Amino acid sequence: MTDMPARQRPISPHLTIYRLTWTMVMSIVHRVTGSALYFGTLLFTWWLVAAASGAKYFDTANAFFGSWFGQLILLGYTWSLVHHMLGGIRHFIWDTGRGHGPERQTLARMTLIGSVAITILLWAMALLLRS
Amino acid sequence: MRTPLSRIRGLGAAHHGTEHFWQQRVTAAANVLLLVVLIGIMVTLVGSTHATVVATLSKPLVAVLLVAAIISVSIHMRLGMQIIIEDYVHTPFRKVVLLMLNTFFTWGVALTCIYAVLKISFGL
Repeated sequence: MTDMPARQRPISPHLTIYRLTWTMVMSIVHRVTGSALYFGTLLFTWWLVAAASGAKYFDTANAFFGSWFGQLILLGYTWSLVHHMLGGIRHFIWDTGRGHGPERQTLARMTLIGSVAITILLWAMALLLRS
Repeated sequence: MRTPLSRIRGLGAAHHGTEHFWQQRVTAAANVLLLVVLIGIMVTLVGSTHATVVATLSKPLVAVLLVAAIISVSIHMRLGMQIIIEDYVHTPFRKVVLLMLNTFFTWGVALTCIYAVLKISFGL
């Protein structure tokens, strides 16, 4: 048996054959934002260590976060955090046994709309406080 | 004669019962409460000088909230990444190595951040 060539068996269909739905996309995005936040903690660690290391190191980190590239990353970081948090609150609603009916569509949409709105609000607040 | 409850207590395939699920929920709830406060503080620190940031982070309440958030977030993200690894990696050796790296990474991040916060808080 062992020297027989492996037969090409048909594999079960995966994500590619399904029509995209809101709940499915939000579920995938929850996992993606979670992973992004996981590695994003390295940036937060860098910022904290720079602050603990003195003004010179802190200014270097601040210059990076202040650059257009740094700002882009921070914007994505903010949105990922807010989106993952709202997704988590959605999980809490499911945990109580609610939100599994047709209203799950609304919940999924509210997660995205809410995360974008809160991200814009936070950045507007930061820019207003800065000036 | 064992009751159904005593049979399921602390069991399940991994002998951990619902511990993973429950820890994920407890840290999630803690993360929401802690991060809402800390995001508010971070927003006020945008564009601040080193002296201002250090002054804010060395306030006892801010430092304690930060350390609490670091611990809660680290546990939460270790559990989350563990699920992702278990879902997608099926080679036993690769899975065990990645699960171990996951633990090392999350502990590394947590300890480094806590050390930095304490150093700032106790005076540079």
